[in-house]
Amino acid sequence: MIDAIKEKVKELFDSGDIKGFLGLAMQNGHVAPHLYKKGDELDDMVLGDVDKPGDARYPLNKYLMNIASAYPEDTFGVLVRGCDERGLSTLYTWNQLKKNNVVPVGIGCPQELADSCECSKPYPEDMVAGEKAEGHEDTSVAEVDALVLSDKFSYWMDEFVKCIKCYGCSNICPMCFCNDCSLKCDELVKRGEIPPEIPVFHHTRAMHMVGRCIDCGLCQDACPSNIPLRTLYKKVNSIMDEQFDFQTGLRPGLRSPLNKIEPVEEGK
Amino acid sequence: MDYRTVLTTCTYCGCGCNIFLEVLDGEPIGTIPCKTSPVNEGKLCIKGWNLHEFIRNKGRLTSPLLRKNGKLEEATWDEALEFTASKLKEIKEKNGSDSIGFLTSARVTNEENYLLQKFARGGVGTNNVDHCARL
Repeated sequence: MIDAIKEKVKELFDSGDIKGFLGLAMQNGHVAPHLYKKGDELDDMVLGDVDKPGDARYPLNKYLMNIASAYPEDTFGVLVRGCDERGLSTLYTWNQLKKNNVVPVGIGCPQELADSCECSKPYPEDMVAGEKAEGHEDTSVAEVDALVLSDKFSYWMDEFVKCIKCYGCSNICPMCFCNDCSLKCDELVKRGEIPPEIPVFHHTRAMHMVGRCIDCGLCQDACPSNIPLRTLYKKVNSIMDEQFDFQTGLRPGLRSPLNKIEPVEEGK
Repeated sequence: MDYRTVLTTCTYCGCGCNIFLEVLDGEPIGTIPCKTSPVNEGKLCIKGWNLHEFIRNKGRLTSPLLRKNGKLEEATWDEALEFTASKLKEIKEKNGSDSIGFLTSARVTNEENYLLQKFARGGVGTNNVDHCARL
């Protein structure tokens, strides 16, 4: 699988299509996000699998935004999985990256990763390597949904109370790019107060994940308290799906219905 | 264009979380928790997440300061060490070893903490060694 990716990256460099390729490298015994440039050896390139498939994934799109904002005229390649592709398409819609300046190099996730992520579409449309694994249902959401209301409330409060307010969920999130963050707005979240007020802190973030969350699961990986954030945002996504038939990033160019300001047609 | 992720260790406490500093054209722009680190497994506390921000902080000391005529002034390392050593010596001779105490730091390495207690016990001759958290 990695050979096909290396081949593709080499091709892109040789044709002059890209100025750099943002992927992963095995360096100093660790998997690190890495920007390859023309002429660089690709020997240490990896896909982020160490003990389990995809256990060393990083929000490459987020780092790409940093590089692209400093070099807006240049075109970069980036390693993408299914979730990253949904991310890219949403970031284009939100004008955070320019489609013409990004060349995604896609890999499909193995079934094991797709299952553990409960990913609805574990492969990008444009795939250079990997398999087209089957999508998986949100069993984690169904499990919490099955609880009676009072139990559901205590389940979430018992999870939220573990929060140490590290902001890791937002810092790692490839879809968190606002200049003014609600989680840093004194009216909603008091500055300097630890632990954060619950459930306000987590609900504020969940609200802001509406139409944004691409279900990559990196927030849950980054949470030092192991709060099942992914389940929370999957629930948000499922509401968007049921109520508005909207799946973030799946249909390029489509904005979240909650971010549209336009008159509603009669009868709709 | 020079973009790198530099593997390093968080300096805030003794845990030793591994991070990558995101460095763009020589400027640190972000902190990335290292997922393959056995210490922090891709997680960080709020201080660690903001490591890149203090590196270029204007308030950081870049040289030793010595109080001269009631005012703190920049000094060379030689000057500062000379002053400290002679003062410590003077106090020890006048009031004895146990009139001096040493406070070590959570922000330095285990080895540096070892060196300080060695200096306190072997050099100055006191067991007055404690941790900065009890300051």
